[in-house]
This record gives sequence, C-alpha cells and structure tokens, in this order.
Amino acid sequence: MRYMSLIKIDPAGVPEGGPSEELMTEMGKLIEEMTKAGVLLDTAGLAPLEESTRVQLSGGKLTVLDGPFTEAKEFVGGYALMQCRSQDEAVEWAKRFLTIHGDQWEISLEVRAVQEPDA
Amino acid sequence: MNQADERTRRAVEAVWRIEAPRLIAGLARIVGDIGVAEDLAQDALIAALEQWPDEGVPRSPGAWLMAVGKRRAVDLIRRDRTYARKLALVGRDLDADESESGLGIEPDAIEDDLLGLVFTACHPVLAPQARVALTLRLLGGLTTVQIARAYLVPEATIAQRIVRAKRLLTQQRVPFEVPAGAQLAERLPSVLEVVYLIFNEGYSATAGDDWMRPALCEDALRLARVLAGLMPAEPEVHGLAALLEIQSSRVAARGGAGGGVVLLADQDRGRWNRLMIRRGFAALAKADALAKARGRAPGPYLLQAAIAASHARALTTQDTDWAVIARLYDALIVLLPSPVVALNRAVVVGMARGPAAGLALVDELAGSGELKDYHLLPAVRADLLARLGRYGEARTELEYAAPLARNAAERALLLERAAALPR
Repeated sequence: MRYMSLIKIDPAGVPEGGPSEELMTEMGKLIEEMTKAGVLLDTAGLAPLEESTRVQLSGGKLTVLDGPFTEAKEFVGGYALMQCRSQDEAVEWAKRFLTIHGDQWEISLEVRAVQEPDA
Repeated sequence: MNQADERTRRAVEAVWRIEAPRLIAGLARIVGDIGVAEDLAQDALIAALEQWPDEGVPRSPGAWLMAVGKRRAVDLIRRDRTYARKLALVGRDLDADESESGLGIEPDAIEDDLLGLVFTACHPVLAPQARVALTLRLLGGLTTVQIARAYLVPEATIAQRIVRAKRLLTQQRVPFEVPAGAQLAERLPSVLEVVYLIFNEGYSATAGDDWMRPALCEDALRLARVLAGLMPAEPEVHGLAALLEIQSSRVAARGGAGGGVVLLADQDRGRWNRLMIRRGFAALAKADALAKARGRAPGPYLLQAAIAASHARALTTQDTDWAVIARLYDALIVLLPSPVVALNRAVVVGMARGPAAGLALVDELAGSGELKDYHLLPAVRADLLARLGRYGEARTELEYAAPLARNAAERALLLERAAALPR
C-alpha cells in the first residue's frame, strides 16, 4: 500500500531561522534510511506559503487568490509518499520524522492511504 | 486490552517489521547462527510487548531492541559453555563484540550485517522455496502466518520449511558472512532469484483464483530496493530493481473487471503508474552505467528491465519499438535459454518480423516437447495463427490451452478469446 504523509505546520510553531543545520542533517539521514528500506517513493518540501496561489470554487464561482494567507492556522509544508505494509508502519515512520524535529516545532503529519484500484 | 495498549501493540508490530532484519542481522554477527539470532530477536520483541505498554515506546525503538537482544545473547553464551566453545571455534570473540557495539552502532557495520543475512538466507545449499520463506521471514519481517497466507499454503508447511532451512544451514556449517570478491558475483544470482521468484508469485499467482497478489509484489519490490541500497555497485541488483519497479507500474492496468487479467497490449496505458516507471528508468540508467563502467555485458535482469522499459516508453501499443525489443531478446535468450524466454521471444519476433517468423519459432519450441503442459504455448500459437487468418486452428489451440491454465481468471480469458475469433 502507498501512504501519503502530509506535513502540516503551524506558522506560529516554526523556530526562528527555520530548520536548523542539525535538523537538516538528521532529515538527510532519515530520508536515506527510508530510501534504503525501500519505503520512501518520493518526498519534497513545498515553497513558502507567500508564493502560493489559492484557486477556489464556491457556489459555482471560481476565484483566484494570491498569497500570503496570514489567516492560515496551518499550512502544508511538504509531503512524503511511502510504500508500507500497513498504516501502522506508515505511522511508525511518521513518528520518526517528527521525533527528529525536537521540541521547537508545532507540526503534525496526516497519514493517508492512497486508494489503490482492486487488483 | 484497553485502547492505549492496543495502540502500543500495533506500534510494536510496526517497529518489528522495520527493525527485524537489522536486529536479526546484528545478533547473527554475534552468535554466528541466524536461527539463534532470530530466537534472541523474538525474545527482545516479547520484552517490548511487556514493557512498552507501561513505559511507552522508546525514542529509538531499534536501538532498544538491539540492546535487549545483545544482553540476551551474552546471557546465552555465559549459560551455555558448549555454545561459547562453538563460537570460539568459528572465531567469534564476544567481548570484542560487546565493547564495540553499545548503542552507537555504525551504519556501515549494520549494512554489512544485513548483507551477511541476505547471503546466508539465500545460500545455494537451500532449495529456492526454502530461501524464499527464510528471506521473507528474516529480511521481509513477515510472520510465518503472513507468508503462509501469501502462498496459500498451511502455516505448518511454512513453519517446517523455515525450521528445516535453519537446521540445514547449521548442519552444513554455513558461515554468517558476506562473500568477498569473485565469490560475491558467484553467489549473487541465488539472491536475486529469490526476490524475482517472490515477485512472480505475486504477479502471476500460480495457485488460487486471484490473478495477482499485490502485497507479495510489494514485498519483493521492497527487498529489491533494499538490495540496491546494500550493493550499490552491482549492475544486476539495480537491473532487478528496475525490472520490478516497471512491472509494478502496470499492476492497476493489469487487473480486469471480475478478477480477470488485461494483457500488456490491451492495457489502458494511462493507468500505468508514471512514478514507478520513472523510478524504474532511474534504476535502469544506474544499472546500465555501472555495467559499462565495470566493463560487463548486460546481465539477464538488466536486459529484462530494458525490455520492460521499452514497453513503458511506448505511449500506445502501436508505438512499441518491437525491433529494439527483439534485439534485446536475441541477447537474453543466450543468457537465459529457457523455454519461457524462447516463447516470449517468439511473440516479440512475431511483432517485429511478422507472424510467420514468430510462428516458426513457436513451432520449433512445440516440436522440442518443452512446455507441453504450459497454457501459454498454445495461446501464443493461437494468436499468431489468428494474425495469419487461420481462425479455426487458432480456436482449437485456445480451447486446448484453457484447461491447462493455472487459475480461473486465466482460463476464462482464454475461452473469451476463443469465442471472440471470427467464424
């Protein structure tokens, strides 16, 4: 099964200066470990929220809004697409990803199974 | 069991699946026997099941399990002097192991241990079925029940297969080590074969009424990726990974309504998973570059991956570059002169050089008496005959093929094709 892990970040919970060098090193190690374990299919961080565009459909009306969206309580900061044997395994990898962030971050992962066609 | 305990139990299981191979490999290096190592790892797992519900899951669950496993290994050796002497005989120094280990385990050492586990579980003294069971269990982190379910056999069958395999390794004094240099090249095919067999069992189920068991395909793919990480310089390892990534990309398009199968030519290529194809291409490029850099001719997995990649490049069946694929098969048949490869080659030649040329190869194969009970031989012959306008003969071939098919879905497909031929 494939699992999409959406990385949701609280803008108020980002340490000053963004991710530390240590975090980036740990992240690199974890990504390598997950790749070598045959689990990680694809992962990336997303460009800052200020650069995003919101395209919305409401009541049949399309609106296009440019960032920044200062009212956002949380935003998607990145994603990881994993291939795991179970949701529990995906959750275990998610825990490892969060653990390396230490106690400075307000961050959560939404782990969702990708709907596979019945084979 | 309350909800928190249930969550912890599930977490322990997930940790096991992730950590079991490294844990067993690390312990096998200490005790020199994968059977004993697995027992010790199981002890550590039981300790986790007992302690984590109260204490919580530790921050580094893998290191926790390894520490417990190593303590048990030391206990075992102190308790059992005979065992200690046996270890001394195979040149293992427990104290040295203890002092160097601790919790700061070197990643390189772990990868070496994992490789040792790979080559021991896939040792050529073991029959392929035994290698498969042992590999899924020790490297795949699957339980005996899960393996039995995947192979649709009783649990006792798999359990016995694993016990016997471990016993044979001990009896034959197979050392826990990574073969060096030329020996590695010699032993590699028996490793790759195991992963390939697991994938094929899932991709084209030989038993039961399901055409595919995707979980088994995923297990094999995962193992192939692990091997690529452990042996990054071996072109054939990347070739195997490339082959399986590309084959996996077709899983969604391959399953027809009602459990049937959709053949490559008829698949909706829009349903092919482009991410898997891209990953396959990347692995193939790596395999290709390594083979060239090391002055090696393309091996059988690299060639099969190149064939799969040629199909993946074609956006429609009509776009398929059959001439390229036929040339790849010309090379493959030399390395893998099996009747099944010969049959596939006949299909490809039929596309590249016309149905009459393909039919000549099939007839040659049929004349050899090989594959006489294999349903695809008459099925392929039928296809070539139909393309030559010989519908009556084609129908006879398909009706002959149907009862030979291995599962209900394949059987139904053959009869459907017979019925669809012009009268």
